[in-house]
Amino acid sequence: MAGVSALVGKVVDSYGKDKDMLIQVLLDLQRGFGWLPAEALAEVSKQLRVPLTRVYQVATFYKAFSLSPKGKHAVAVCVGTACQVRGAPRLVDRIGDQLDLKPGETSADMRFSLETVNCLGCCALGPVMVVDGVYHSNPSTEELERIFEAAR
Amino acid sequence: MSEMVTLEIDGKKVEAEEGATVLEAAKGAGIDIPTLCVHEKLKPYGACRMCSVEVDSRGKTKVVASCGYPVEEGLVVRTRTPRIEKIRKLLIELVSPQTIFDGDVPGQLRILADKYGADVHRFQERLNVKPQRCILCGLCVRYCDEVLGSPAIGFVGRGIDRRVVFYPERAKKVFAAGMEWATEVCPTGKIGAESDGTYFGFTVDDFLAGEL
Amino acid sequence: MANRCASPEELDKLRQEILSKRDPNRLAIAVCAGTGCQTYGAVNVYNAFVQEIQNQGLEDKIDVRATGCHGFCEKGVVVVAYPEEVSYVKVKPEDVPDVVKAVANKEVLERLLYVDPVSGKKIAREPDIPFYKHQSRIVFGNNKLMDPKKIEDYIALGGYSALAKALGKMTPDQVLDEVDKADLRGRGGGGFPAGKKWRETKAAPGEPKYAVVNCDEGDPGAYMDRSLMEGNPHSVIEGLALCGYAIGANQGYVYVRQEYPLACENLNIAIQQAEELGLLGDNILGSGFSFKVGVHRGAGAFVSGESSALMSAIEGRVGEPRLKYIHTAVSGIKGRPTNLNNVETYAAVTLIIDKGADWFRSIGTEGSKGTKIFSLVGKVNNTGLVEIPMGMTLSEIIYDIGGGILKGREFKGVQTGGPSGGIIPAQHLDTPVDFDELDKLGSMMGSGGMVVMDEDTCMVDVARYFVDFLAGESCGKCIPCREGLRLLNRVLTDICNGEGKPGDVELIEEVAEVMADASLCALGSTAANPVLTTLKYFRDEYEAHINEKRCPAKFCKALTSYYIDPEKCQACLICLRNCPAGAIQGEKGVVHWIDQNKCTSCGVCYDVCPPRFDAVVKISGEPVPPPPPPGTKVSRKKEG
Repeated sequence: MAGVSALVGKVVDSYGKDKDMLIQVLLDLQRGFGWLPAEALAEVSKQLRVPLTRVYQVATFYKAFSLSPKGKHAVAVCVGTACQVRGAPRLVDRIGDQLDLKPGETSADMRFSLETVNCLGCCALGPVMVVDGVYHSNPSTEELERIFEAAR
Repeated sequence: MSEMVTLEIDGKKVEAEEGATVLEAAKGAGIDIPTLCVHEKLKPYGACRMCSVEVDSRGKTKVVASCGYPVEEGLVVRTRTPRIEKIRKLLIELVSPQTIFDGDVPGQLRILADKYGADVHRFQERLNVKPQRCILCGLCVRYCDEVLGSPAIGFVGRGIDRRVVFYPERAKKVFAAGMEWATEVCPTGKIGAESDGTYFGFTVDDFLAGEL
Repeated sequence: MANRCASPEELDKLRQEILSKRDPNRLAIAVCAGTGCQTYGAVNVYNAFVQEIQNQGLEDKIDVRATGCHGFCEKGVVVVAYPEEVSYVKVKPEDVPDVVKAVANKEVLERLLYVDPVSGKKIAREPDIPFYKHQSRIVFGNNKLMDPKKIEDYIALGGYSALAKALGKMTPDQVLDEVDKADLRGRGGGGFPAGKKWRETKAAPGEPKYAVVNCDEGDPGAYMDRSLMEGNPHSVIEGLALCGYAIGANQGYVYVRQEYPLACENLNIAIQQAEELGLLGDNILGSGFSFKVGVHRGAGAFVSGESSALMSAIEGRVGEPRLKYIHTAVSGIKGRPTNLNNVETYAAVTLIIDKGADWFRSIGTEGSKGTKIFSLVGKVNNTGLVEIPMGMTLSEIIYDIGGGILKGREFKGVQTGGPSGGIIPAQHLDTPVDFDELDKLGSMMGSGGMVVMDEDTCMVDVARYFVDFLAGESCGKCIPCREGLRLLNRVLTDICNGEGKPGDVELIEEVAEVMADASLCALGSTAANPVLTTLKYFRDEYEAHINEKRCPAKFCKALTSYYIDPEKCQACLICLRNCPAGAIQGEKGVVHWIDQNKCTSCGVCYDVCPPRFDAVVKISGEPVPPPPPPGTKVSRKKEG
């Protein structure tokens, strides 16, 4: 795929082909592709001159990276301590029920990916759900239905 | 050129070069400290923690990994105390469920289990894991990387999902000459049992497919 | 934008120029634009103000600015009107026209004022609000006075005068001596004396040296660093440059977690603007000292906040810890001497050089000088970021500033120090906040997370929560942490599920001891702290779970049943409609009852039952009473 090699080249060049910036390169590619295809990882190894073993070690170590395609809409629930204390697990259950997903899963129609995330730092709104970058404070069942329906 | 320091290990006065580790100093003095992730050709890694010893330094007692702790003038080291024995025993018990094959733990682990009175089945039922036959000592990964300079086997994942995997294209080249070194460094026998130079039983693709 | 400042004098001149164009008596509206308030719609509120002021032709009379986080997160969107410092809370876009009218007429808009829950009175001026009144916001205070995207704001407040003073009038050793004299202890959690670490880095052989900011802030529930980095990144950058000057490092890095996009954005803007003015980069202010700052984003790993792991990540390697008997101050990034400090520590350095070590030492206790910013969260009324002088008691923070426990429930414990810390129960509420005092209680200061818990919090579940968190974050390299957490997680989960076994407490203690002694890094060695402190102060809860299959807090799902009291139920149908399992039977006028076979103990009925009925009861460790006979009518409550 010509596209992959070109995008990787652009990102690697933007960091001056500096090996130290491996993680930054992968972060930009994750954002650009929505995930990290195997072909992209091979290109990173080649263009940044970093062993493939290290590229995969880094790509599989961090939560920000996904080596499989994600759903169109990212649904994240904060499970930081304050949200935990304010009922985050119950929110996860309710969302999971509506979307028929467990945290870490992507719906078969590729519409939604559900994940639990570490503290987002808006503890006064706890428990917090983020959908496509929009924050929701303790959404009710009806609000959830509305939000997921609206996401197309 | 290097200065010598004098330290005490198990009551014995030992001389060592500055920059040496406590483990090296002990070995030089004929004192045996158990290890699972040490190899003379590799940099200290500090993963197995079996080499833990008690040291008195600057008025404080602490437990450190002797494979990495630099010798100091006047350091007092104790390699076998109840605190240390407790650590080694529990480490074996904790890692055993991963390595049980045919009803027992393999080679080096069996010897250590006997020496420290560890019950290798202690947590087997409660943890109920599928034995990976790997203690993640990293000897294979590090040897390939540091000694051969040709990384063909590496770590992936994190925490209890951390695995060692082959990268088949590279591995075929690296192991074209044979797998003896890898089979020898592996303390559990996994490498010898699950790969042969052309076939590799646990690859990066297996990991990504969720099969490991 | 102004030109590069080639000397401290030129910076002063620029500052005077900026100030001359600013009238402190001018009407102004500050809208908090930290992430928390943005979640409440701060951007919409800000835009509404800009629009409304334009509509009313008041651009010449009233300024609007979007500022850094004010800290009163419970009351977002927070708006402050100057020069009177009138504080408006929970402001929505619809409120904007009324606020503008009030500001223009120099009046106060009563309906949006803060109401003190104790006295019931409205309080107009921000400094009079108890939440702010009891704080000492020496580090955090400038956030609300500036737009972090405008360096002129920072300069107007005196920004970069500390750096100018250091480069113009002090030697590197004098800067280091001042930080040392101030007794500044690291604010990231370890509390290690910053001056001592700087000295070690400076004395260590090897070039180049590095100075690094740790903005990974992984403790769940802690977001002080985020707000500081978003709201006043310059205060941190200036402190970092001061460190570079003191120890002989020309390259600095900020390691910031990628989960903080606004902090990353504002940081990058700040660095660029500082470089444009000659306050960073080559030959700063003509001093001959050069300092460049690079930004490294994290990629989602709590363990990468550990010093040796963080430095590995900056090298483009996987961010997991390594053997660290040789300090990173001596051998850090690429084996070179590297100084790593927390965001808040560097911000404090800027103040220390500006106002002097003696001034800093006049605040705080003997062993803990200065102030500390905490994120006060959980079951507390006033959730937010608070900055207090060391020595203030936990009680004062939670009650005087925090406003006490949500819904009037009973305080049970406060968790400090994140996953490495511990629970502090009610009997120790009068403990002064101080590094050593908190250590003595078995907890620790940590990075500043302060989670308040009430009688409905199960302490065993709290321990399980932290262990579960760490099990997911362990890098997995060393056996005691990886396998120890696997086992602890299994045991604690079993206990919360009613499957605890006799001997489990002793097993937990055995594993905790080995993890503390033998782990490679502090994640593993402190992982058992929350378990051990909850065992120390709440052992009875563990015993109840294990021996009686009872959860005293009635929280653990597997051990808690829900029951509707037929005497109290008014058959309003609310719980019935909201039950996700369809487990509630009943109709209007007929008391509701829960089918225990279908009930999943989710607790929604308990939450939605109107407080005046209070008919849902939680039961644990006892059999659930049978349902009332079918068709039982409600017993009408007596009025009066």
